[in-house]
Amino acid sequence: MLKQIEGSRAVAEAVALCRPEVICAYPITPQTHIVENLGQMVKGGEVDHCEFINVESEFAALSVAIGASAAGARAYTATASQGLLFMAEAVYNASGLGLPIVMTIGNRAIGAPINIWNDQQDSMSMRDAGWIQLYAETNQEAVDLHIQAVRLAEELSVPVMVCVDGFILTHAFERVDIPGQTQVDDFVPPYEPRQILDPADPVTIGAMVGPEAFTEVRYLAHYRQMQALWLIPELAEEFAEQFGRSSGGLLHEYRVEGAETLVVALGSVNGTIKDVVDQMRDDGIAIGSVSVTSFRPFPAKRLRQCLSGGKRIVVIEKSLAVGIGGIVSTDVRMALAGAGLPVHTVVAGLGGRAITQQSLLNTLSRAHRDVLEPLTFLDLRHDVIHREIERLETQRRSGPVAENILRELGSVADRIG
Amino acid sequence: MFQVRIHGRGGQGVVSAAEMLSVAGFLENHHTQAFPSFGSERMGAPVMAFCRLDDKPIRLREPVISPDALIIQDTTLLHQVSLFEGVSDDGFVLINSSRDISQLGLDEFFAQHPEIRVLTVPATQLALEHVGRPLPNAALLGGFAALTGRIQIASVAAAIDQKFSGRVAAGNIAAAQAAFDQANHDQRAESLC
Repeated sequence: MLKQIEGSRAVAEAVALCRPEVICAYPITPQTHIVENLGQMVKGGEVDHCEFINVESEFAALSVAIGASAAGARAYTATASQGLLFMAEAVYNASGLGLPIVMTIGNRAIGAPINIWNDQQDSMSMRDAGWIQLYAETNQEAVDLHIQAVRLAEELSVPVMVCVDGFILTHAFERVDIPGQTQVDDFVPPYEPRQILDPADPVTIGAMVGPEAFTEVRYLAHYRQMQALWLIPELAEEFAEQFGRSSGGLLHEYRVEGAETLVVALGSVNGTIKDVVDQMRDDGIAIGSVSVTSFRPFPAKRLRQCLSGGKRIVVIEKSLAVGIGGIVSTDVRMALAGAGLPVHTVVAGLGGRAITQQSLLNTLSRAHRDVLEPLTFLDLRHDVIHREIERLETQRRSGPVAENILRELGSVADRIG
Repeated sequence: MFQVRIHGRGGQGVVSAAEMLSVAGFLENHHTQAFPSFGSERMGAPVMAFCRLDDKPIRLREPVISPDALIIQDTTLLHQVSLFEGVSDDGFVLINSSRDISQLGLDEFFAQHPEIRVLTVPATQLALEHVGRPLPNAALLGGFAALTGRIQIASVAAAIDQKFSGRVAAGNIAAAQAAFDQANHDQRAESLC
């Protein structure tokens, strides 16, 4: 059914349609509306056989999900930013134990300095934690990825994070097709756990494993993610057949045929990128883009197929590996090893800075003319950093950087964008 | 694509206005997108929300930088925030005020931008009358329908009815209708001059 609703509401409705049995979450901006909506739905009797458990922290939220999942329940939680960091130990445990929990990340920056706005530093910090990570481009895809994620998680017995850009998607009202219950039931069968804490057939889950077997257990975690490389597209195909629209898969290509400049990005910024690609194509510039949906597992082969016909790659990323540069671009470079293609990293949208068409157009035009540096920060205010660097160089007691810059910028309430 | 930017203060229903406008557009089978300016909003702080209307899916995620229409919910922002930044030369400006453009000190701006169609609507007053609370957002959407012709007043009413219920919905619909009627009347009067 077509609805004009907030992204968070759409995600909550999708999760409810997947018949979760235990939902436990701790509210954090910008994830709050998702779990508020689910709490209301459970309390209102709209979700059968489901318990919503209030917990005292994110660490508890995922720990309860782990317990519930080990007891054979379909478990769901959601978080963002510092919340994800607070549950970090449990994040590794959920995947290490092979428990198919689905968790929504309402992507948000990580402090300090404290910032509630969108970037993808939070989920990137957990990229090696053993969870499958899927990034939604639109709210429709966020809905569809949650439905596919439950199936994917349970078939492989691996937890899945569905990453949804905070505010930009979670707080946006747009048209979303919410499927019917029967349709979702046909796609997501009842949960049949591979392992279960059952008093009638007791097992231990969570043994201590020494050097004799640790590598093998870890290898099998990697093996399951490699299986996901074929299962993700297979599920996307099945989804398209049953629901009549394509969503998910490993990646989406956009006008890559004959493209010399290829842009790679994750999540909602791909919408703006596509509009810029159209503008540049209209001006006769051979450019295309690839939206990576599955960041873990990383679709290296598939990406290489899409990109190797180009002359240069530009990775637009909403995260920063301080001390080296890009996070996504490191993986893109690895996928292109030996291809001899320059890969540019453009760090953009940090802490909610708007990624505008105009700025992308300028940067991508520079890339196309081969004058873009290997690492750039979109719309970086050079005047501001130069003054702060000067202060650092001239004053021993230069003071806290964030506060210095804020003092210099003054009021921000009168700015647009 | 038609782009709208709404300025107001926290607590005045700026975000709800964008949301209801997007629902009204959706009910007319347009593709619409509404989103707030994403701050840690507090009561009284300057707030923005955006709405886009189009006949094809909207992919763009940047804030509305060059609005075709501007809705100003609070005139105390006029001299604090760069409200008119980027507004299209032949766009629309709708201001919540019982005063006219001259009294608001905006003659010069609109003399420099003669193609902009501007209208003031006493939306807070209408809201007090019909809803009993000084929340101008729904009334302004009635004014928006009259000023721009982009959306039917019936769709605005239906969107308000989805957002609120009972007496609050009825009151807001009445306020929107009153603003719509008054705006149409004012525009007719202006065109006769």
